[in-house]
Amino acid sequence: MPGLKDVKNKIEGVSKTSQITKAMNMVASAKLRGAQERMETFRPYAEKFAEAMKDLSGGTNSNQPLLEVRDVQTVELIVVTSDRGLCGSFNAHIISKAQKLINQFEVEGKEVSLITVGNKAAQAFRRSGKIRESYKDIMSTFKMFNARAISQSATLNFLSGETDEVRVVYARFLSMAKQRPTEETLLPIKPLEQEKGAKTGTAVEYIYEPDPEQIMEALLPLHLNVQVYHAMIEVAAGEHAARMAAMDNATNACGDIIKELTQLYNKARQAAITGDLMDIVGGAEH
Amino acid sequence: MAQIHLEVVTPHGQIVNEDVDIVTAPGVEGEFGVLAHHAPFLSAIKTGTLVFKQDKREKFLMVSSGFAEVSNNKVTVLVETAEFGHDIDVNRALRAKERAEERLAQAQAHAEDLDRIRAEVALQRAVARITVAQRTSL
Repeated sequence: MPGLKDVKNKIEGVSKTSQITKAMNMVASAKLRGAQERMETFRPYAEKFAEAMKDLSGGTNSNQPLLEVRDVQTVELIVVTSDRGLCGSFNAHIISKAQKLINQFEVEGKEVSLITVGNKAAQAFRRSGKIRESYKDIMSTFKMFNARAISQSATLNFLSGETDEVRVVYARFLSMAKQRPTEETLLPIKPLEQEKGAKTGTAVEYIYEPDPEQIMEALLPLHLNVQVYHAMIEVAAGEHAARMAAMDNATNACGDIIKELTQLYNKARQAAITGDLMDIVGGAEH
Repeated sequence: MAQIHLEVVTPHGQIVNEDVDIVTAPGVEGEFGVLAHHAPFLSAIKTGTLVFKQDKREKFLMVSSGFAEVSNNKVTVLVETAEFGHDIDVNRALRAKERAEERLAQAQAHAEDLDRIRAEVALQRAVARITVAQRTSL
């Protein structure tokens, strides 16, 4: 039977931990609200952008260098994770998804290079020797120019022929409880298929200035920014949701442990009292 | 006067959403003005000043690269950044301008393509910010 004092100390310790996890949960939920707001404000932009791209790609024949499909020898992965840990298996899932892709590409005899976004991805792949560039401590700032730097770097590498394909690995924010690791092909850009059916018939004839081909050329790099930025805000929202869930679990677990320990403490105390009584009774009989 | 609806959308939210008399935007092929009931039109936008007039009051907006779409008596401008003059930190823009000019001079000496382009873009943005800030305060 452990000593009374030990058990009491342990209960105190655990309850302090639970205070911390509770606080972290609340902080994460506040941050999640901010991140979700950002997703909301970004959505109209992304949607309108996709619409315009669709309109444009209908009218152009793709001899844009960014649409060029090559025989794939080298692949670049942009792995987007959070900067901080303590959010359950959120980052681990993204990283294992990326690792699986790397393994798959290597089996196929392709060379893989990495751009890591977020501290956790950089840590995970530090020893692999594949990291070409890594961006750290930028997940909390939500600046479009961060995304711009990343997509520019990937684009230049693609255009110079260093890489034949660029993919982005991130976690899609599906709901509070669910974030799914996803990979998307960034480059070459797939020409967006016009939806078959009546929709094209109603489309208005636009006056283009300059011609669609040139607008496309101006918009494609922006389109990449949009996609990278999108991945980043999805991960940011996912991170906070995952942390909320993890901290909620931790707080509950603390509660359970405290309950068990309290029982243990009461038992120990009772045993001590009983022992004392026996002594007193035993002493009185003599 | 017949009005046209103007919407300016950036990744960080909607900046403008109102009915205006006229919109003048910096297209890549030169400035263009849009009045009410304009024909459907799509143009790429470069960094510069977007002007819109409302009740004889002109408002200036610094915009960076993106595009504008005109259809159904509505102008939708999608740009990466859009800032009103009073939101612009002029001193910061001036510093950015100096930095960009410095970088441009260095880059030209070494003829490095990427750095030059980046510096040029940064310079354009800084100049656009300063212009907008000045025109707003006039």
